[in-house]
Amino acid sequence: MKTFSTAAAPHLPPRGSVRALMLEVLAALLPGVLAHVYFFGPGVLIQIALACAFALLIEAVCLRLRARPMEPFLTDGSALLAAVLFALCLPPLTPWWISAIGMLAAIGLAKHAYGGLGYNLFNPAMVGYAVVLISFPFELSQWLAPRGLGLEPPGLVASLSAIFSGTPPAPGWDTLAQATPLDTLRQLSAQGLTLVEIRDDPLFGDFGGRGWEWIANFYALGGLWLLYRRKIPWQTPVATLGSVILLTLPLWALEPDVHPFPLQHIFSGALVLAAFFIVTDPVSGCASTRGRLLFGAGVGVLTLLIRRWGSYPDAVAFAVLLMNCAAPMLDRYTRPRIYGEAKS
Amino acid sequence: MQLYRFHGGLPLPGLKGDLPALAIRDCPLPATLVLPMRLHARGVLQPLVKVGERVRRHQMLARPDHTGGAALNAPAAGVIEAIELRGLPHAPGEVDQALILRVDAGDPLDGLPFAPMANWAERTPTELRERLVEAGVAGLGGAAFPTADKLLLPCHTLILNGAECEPYIACDARLLVEQAEQILRGGLLLAHVVGAERVQVAVEDSMRPAIEALRVALAELADPRLQLVEVPTRYPQGGERQLIEVLTGQQVPRGGLPQNLGLVVHNVGTALSAWRAVVHGEALIDRVVSVTGPGVAQPGNWRVPLGTPVAHLIEQAGGYTAAAERLLMGGAMMGVALPDDGFPIVKASTCVLVLEADSVKPTRAPMPCIRCGDCADVCPPKLMPQLLHEALRGGDLEQAAELGLGDCIDCGLCDIACPSAIPLLAQFREGKHGLRVDRRKALESGAARERFEARAARLERHQAETAERRANIGAKAASAATVAAAIAKAKALASADSARDSAQKDGE
Repeated sequence: MKTFSTAAAPHLPPRGSVRALMLEVLAALLPGVLAHVYFFGPGVLIQIALACAFALLIEAVCLRLRARPMEPFLTDGSALLAAVLFALCLPPLTPWWISAIGMLAAIGLAKHAYGGLGYNLFNPAMVGYAVVLISFPFELSQWLAPRGLGLEPPGLVASLSAIFSGTPPAPGWDTLAQATPLDTLRQLSAQGLTLVEIRDDPLFGDFGGRGWEWIANFYALGGLWLLYRRKIPWQTPVATLGSVILLTLPLWALEPDVHPFPLQHIFSGALVLAAFFIVTDPVSGCASTRGRLLFGAGVGVLTLLIRRWGSYPDAVAFAVLLMNCAAPMLDRYTRPRIYGEAKS
Repeated sequence: MQLYRFHGGLPLPGLKGDLPALAIRDCPLPATLVLPMRLHARGVLQPLVKVGERVRRHQMLARPDHTGGAALNAPAAGVIEAIELRGLPHAPGEVDQALILRVDAGDPLDGLPFAPMANWAERTPTELRERLVEAGVAGLGGAAFPTADKLLLPCHTLILNGAECEPYIACDARLLVEQAEQILRGGLLLAHVVGAERVQVAVEDSMRPAIEALRVALAELADPRLQLVEVPTRYPQGGERQLIEVLTGQQVPRGGLPQNLGLVVHNVGTALSAWRAVVHGEALIDRVVSVTGPGVAQPGNWRVPLGTPVAHLIEQAGGYTAAAERLLMGGAMMGVALPDDGFPIVKASTCVLVLEADSVKPTRAPMPCIRCGDCADVCPPKLMPQLLHEALRGGDLEQAAELGLGDCIDCGLCDIACPSAIPLLAQFREGKHGLRVDRRKALESGAARERFEARAARLERHQAETAERRANIGAKAASAATVAAAIAKAKALASADSARDSAQKDGE
C-alpha cells in the first residue's frame, strides 16, 4: 500500500499572485509616468525613486517591528505601488523630506498601524498625500510650468539639487513655479472672470490644463489595459468619471460661462489617474458590484463638491479618503442577491 | 434553443487529454472487495447478510431501513469475510461499517436476483422505484444520492447531465460515446417514473465524440421527447443548479429543490444504470472510472467492480509514475485526497487522479486577502467569498451565515481565483461544519429547553395537585371531625339510652 500526502480541495494551483497583480498595475502606470516626465522633467522620476526607497525602508522597519517575515511582504509590490501613486501627486521639485514624511504616513500609519497589507481602512497613498498637503501647503503648490509654455523643464542635475538642497534650479524659479490649471481656474473665477476669458490663459489646453490632459490620456491608456486584462473592476472608474460627466453636463449646458465643460473636469488634476489607479484600490474600496458603483460615484461627486467649495484646489485625495470611510457600510448594504434568493 | 448564463465560473484548462477517446476496459476482480455501508451523508444501510455467508453476484447485501434509498449489492459471488469499520473514500477522515467480501471467481452461484422488466412502460412508478432501490441505483455524477429518492415528485422535464466539467475526468464522455442509445432509453425510463414529457441531454460543447454518438442515437430512437443541448464548456457547468440556470434561465429557490421548478437532473451514467436495473435486472455493481493524471503510467477508462481497492485499479493502469505525489478520488477541483491507495471504489468515485508535485497546488503561505473580488467574480452561487473569509477569520459564524455560507457549492473556484492563495474552500467547509454543529446544538438546546419546561410544568402541576389534595384532605378532615362529633353524640345518646334502658330494666 502506497501512502500519499493529503491536502484540501481544490488541487489546482491559483492563477495569479498579489505580486503579479501589483507589478502589472505598476507596468500600466508606465505610459502615464513617461508622459509626466516629458511634460515636467526628470524631477518626476526622482520623486518616484525617493518615495519607493522610503516606502521599502519603512515597510521593512514596520515588518521588523511587527515581527512579520520580510518575504513575501517586502516584495509584494504593494508598498511600491503606493509610493509611485503618492509621488505622482507631488510637484516635481518637492523637497526630499516631504516624500519621507508622506511615506511614513502612508506605509507606517495607514498601512502597518492598521495591520499591514489587506487590512488598511484607508488608501495609503492618499493618506500620505493628504498629510503632506495639509502640513506643507506651500511646498505642495510649487508646480512647474509644463513643457510648451516657454521654459523647458529643469534638467536632472538642477532637479536633484533643487530637491535635495532646496535651491531653486534656475534664476527663473519664480516664473517656473506656477499654479496648476485648477488653482488658476479657482482664483480667476473668484475674481469674476468668465470661463472663456480664463481659458485664454496658455496654461489651458483643449480640455484641461496644457500637458495635464496628455498625461491623463496616457494614464487612461494604462487603465484601459488593466480593464481589458480584468485586473481592475470596471465599475469604479466608470462610476467615478461617469458621475463627474453626468453632474457637470447639465450645469455646463445651462451656463457655459460659469461652469466648466465636463471634459475639462475630467482632464484636470488627478481625476483620470485616480479613476483607474487609486479609486480601484481593492483593499480600501468596496467589494460588491453595486458597492463599487456607489464608491466610484461618491468619489466623483465629492471631488466636484470639494473643487467647487473646498479650500484645496484638487480634491481627489479627500474624496477617496471620505469614501474609504463609507466603504464597509456600502458593502454591507449592497450584498448581491445569492443564487436562488427571492428577489426583494 | 436559447441558453442562459450562470454567474461566475471559469473555463478551466482542458486536462482530459485523449481520455474521451480511450475505450472503457473491464477491470478484473480483485481478491477482496471492500463495500462501505454508507453511500452518502444520509445513506446508512442495514446489513442483510452475516459474516461467513455465501453471496451471489447482484444479491442485496444491505439495504436502507426506510423506504427509498439505494441498496448495496454484491459486485461478485463470494463469502462475507467480515463486517468492520473502514475509512470512507468520499468522506475524508470518517469511518463506517463496511462489508469485506472475499471474491470466489469460480463460483457458479451467479444469476440475476431481479426479473427483467421488458414492459417497464406499463409498470407503476412505485414498482420501478422499488426496483431502483433494490438494485442500488444511485447518482454516479459524484454525489451518490439514491436515484429513487429523486424520482418522488412529479416533474415536467428530466435533464440528463452529461456536462462533465471537472478537468481530467472523462468517464461520462466515454460512456456517452459507447452507450448513448441505452443512456437515452434510461432517460425515457426515468422520465416515465416522474411523468416528465421532455428529456434534455446536456453535454459540454467540447465533448465532440459524445455529441456525435448522441446524434446517431437520437436519430435511431426518433423520439420527440428527447432533445440534445450543447452547453458552453465552463466549470462548474455540470453543477445541478448551474445547469438548470443555463437551460431554463431559472434559479432553484434557496433551500428548495429542482423539483420546485418541475425539473429533475440525473447523471447520464445513472440513467444507464437505471436502464440496466429495470430492463436487464442488473444491480449497480460496477461503474466507469477515469484513471488519469500525470502520476498514472497509462491513463484510461475502466469499468470497475465496486469495492475494488484503488491500488488494484492503479496496477491495471500500469502503476504509478515516479512523480506520483497526490492521490485523489474525484477530480482536481472537488476530489478528496486519499492518504493511501487501500480505499475502495464506491458509487461516488468518478475518477482516480494521481497528480505529480508540479501540478499539485503549491503550499506557499497564503498572503492576506486584498479584497480584489476575483473570488466573487467566479463564484457560481454569487457569494462574496472575500467577505465570508473576513467573517470566518473573525469567528463570526452568524455573519457568515447571513452572507450565504450555506449556499456555497464547494466548487473551489475562489481558491483558483485568489491571488493571495488563501485556502478559502477549506475555510468555508470548516465554517459550514460549524454551522451544522450550531444548528444541532440549537436543536438540542431547544429540545433540552422543552424538556426543562415540560418538567417545570409537570412539577408545578404536581405541586398544584398536591396542594389541592392537601386542601381536600383538610376539608375531609374537617368533615370527619363533624362526623366524629356526630358519632360521639350519637354514641353518647345511645349510651344514655342504654343507660336508661338498663335503668329501666333495672327498674323492672
